[in-house]
Amino acid sequence: MKIRAQFAMVFNLDKCIGCHTCSVTCKNVWTNRKGVEYAWFNNVESKPGIGYPKQWEDQEKWKGGWEKINGKLELKAGGKIKKMIQIFANPNLPEIDDYYEPFSFDYARLQNAPLSEAAPTARPISQITGEKMDKVTWGPNWEDDLAGEFASRSRDANFANMQKEMYKQFENTFHMYLPRICNHCINPACVASCPSGALYKREEDGIVLSDQDRCRGWRMCISGCPYKKVFFNWESSKAEKCIGCYPRVENGLPTVCSETCVGRIRYNGIILYDADKIEAAASADDTQDLYQNHLDMFVDPFDPKIIAQAKKDGITDDWILAAQKSPIYKMAVQWKIAFPLHPEYRTLPMIWYVPPLSPVQSQIDQKNLPTEVDGVLPKAEAMRLPVQYLANLLTAGKEQPIVDALNRMIAMRSYQRSIHVDGKADTRALDATGMTEDMAKEMYRYLAIANYEDRFVIPTSKEEMRLDDYYGFQGQTGFTFGNASSLGVTNNALFPARRKDTVESREPAPLAEPTHDASGEQY
Amino acid sequence: MSLMKFLFAVYPYICLTIFVVASWIRFDYQQYTWKTDSSMLLSKKSMVVASNFFHIGILSIFGGHFAGLVLPHGLWLGLGISDMTHQWIAIIAGIVFGLMCLIGGAMLWSRRMFNPRIRATGRKNDMLVISWLMVTLLLGLSTVPFSIGHANNNDPSVMLALADWVKSILVLNPQPELLEAVDPIFRAHIFFGMTVFLIFPFTRLVHILTAPLSYVGRAYQIVRTKRRAA
Repeated sequence: MKIRAQFAMVFNLDKCIGCHTCSVTCKNVWTNRKGVEYAWFNNVESKPGIGYPKQWEDQEKWKGGWEKINGKLELKAGGKIKKMIQIFANPNLPEIDDYYEPFSFDYARLQNAPLSEAAPTARPISQITGEKMDKVTWGPNWEDDLAGEFASRSRDANFANMQKEMYKQFENTFHMYLPRICNHCINPACVASCPSGALYKREEDGIVLSDQDRCRGWRMCISGCPYKKVFFNWESSKAEKCIGCYPRVENGLPTVCSETCVGRIRYNGIILYDADKIEAAASADDTQDLYQNHLDMFVDPFDPKIIAQAKKDGITDDWILAAQKSPIYKMAVQWKIAFPLHPEYRTLPMIWYVPPLSPVQSQIDQKNLPTEVDGVLPKAEAMRLPVQYLANLLTAGKEQPIVDALNRMIAMRSYQRSIHVDGKADTRALDATGMTEDMAKEMYRYLAIANYEDRFVIPTSKEEMRLDDYYGFQGQTGFTFGNASSLGVTNNALFPARRKDTVESREPAPLAEPTHDASGEQY
Repeated sequence: MSLMKFLFAVYPYICLTIFVVASWIRFDYQQYTWKTDSSMLLSKKSMVVASNFFHIGILSIFGGHFAGLVLPHGLWLGLGISDMTHQWIAIIAGIVFGLMCLIGGAMLWSRRMFNPRIRATGRKNDMLVISWLMVTLLLGLSTVPFSIGHANNNDPSVMLALADWVKSILVLNPQPELLEAVDPIFRAHIFFGMTVFLIFPFTRLVHILTAPLSYVGRAYQIVRTKRRAA
């Protein structure tokens, strides 16, 4: 057993209102630059829809992620030899039009135009060529709130095994938001696809990063990631991706997208897992077992044996404490209301999702739908969102875990409703799902109230524990001098340079000589 | 100093020195700029043909030049390959891979010249590199009729003179006079070829030096630790 800590998140889709604040704050902080105008480390999709980039979930088209061939886990796009053969032209690479051509508008025209009958218009300008564009035909969120015709949106891969035609009818329409970032996978396909070895997973917190110095732009990670969350900066020719806001996380702050989420749907925390189980977990024969395998990798942070092993593996006390208080552990493991996105890609993603409830109040008021024992809340199967659709999204099509999760959320609501509306606790719904009142109260606190300190339990990176001279590191939070972006791999440089090291000085600075005054002048 | 002596006794060393030293400096100091500069994201159409033809062509040509010019003459004789067989292999391989490279390169060149996105985002440097390589290639292909002429006359002397000149450079005993007897087209090709090494460190060509061959033997997953090694 080898215990590792993973920085993970849960997104509570039940509360996502699709405001895109996460996308905008992330963009303003990280990708407001040339070459990544089109790249959204965080984006929010309207589902059903083909998403961003177009049809990213169709792995028959993009060949992202892993698959099991002859009993062995292999990259879906082919192994290392095939990658090397395809290195001159990666046939699975998306083109920028699969995302969208980034555009601005000719705003100056609004002021410079000569006097005319009609109001002047600001035409779109391509941010790649600088030329005027005839028309903007696609964008990062073109299907917002189910925009566009059903025929186009229904190419959504999550309609697999469903009679999707019936959802074309207005009365049967359903809709949900899906905010997406890099999943910081435990078995990342991008890392495995990178010929240069530039992409890596951090041992300390599991954040997956792209080493900007080592990246040579072989562009295999772009297609290798099944979530299409590694982006090719067309200006620098380097792979860029969500960095999990590591300079913030190292200091115990939530990521920018999480901090700014107005719906308070994002939870940040760590979770402990057994790194020896990775390969076996990702190699399940049946893709529907992947969710359970993934769950089984997580270890109980309260178990004294686990704690002893974690300490032996270099995890400090405050990280173990954070793992015990982790909202991720509660939602994913204790309450089982959060699920990984597309476990069938076998990457063991670490951004988990609480499926949305979608009550249909007017139908219930007319007694058209089956309800729970309280006679008010609808049964999980009677929700507007087809369970099969959610299952295709979150459990490789296995419906039972989704139904159980929805039932627990409904039971919690039913219980809280009885307290707040009837003034008397009614535990019938809880009993039916095997929940205790304490659990329901805690779920209510985490899901409905979502206090800041409950949502974000992030231990600092303990730089002081691993540095000899932590003063030399002060104020750097992961950034280095010069153009290096990481701790390098080789120390054989033509000119001795400190740029390879994150730490400037390993020895305490010598004491100032007493013969100098503050201005440096000698006495 | 005669032009002959400068071009074929001094210039090769200028090119090789700058090739090595400048590449090393760039790798050390500006590794962020060390990249393939792929533009496939912006325009993918026909890239599978163009890029593969170009790369397979040019790498094979480089391998052929290395085998024929740098590896010892005795090696081939020892393997039972006579000079005339050697020359015919060189001619045929040169034609095949040269044309392959020409087709791919021409596609890449016109893409860089006329595709609006590639033209707008490309650097002058990129245009220079592909153009220079294409001129060098065309000059190289122009030597083929001369080589065929020599081969038909059972005369390997030019081929051997070229190989001897390359070796004279590599053993630091330059003999530019070896090139006096060869057809001028060879000298032009050599000049353009040497210049590729000169401009190499300042262009995207550097990505060849970090061809990720080690990927094949590597484990899929990479985990880096910040912990200091004990």
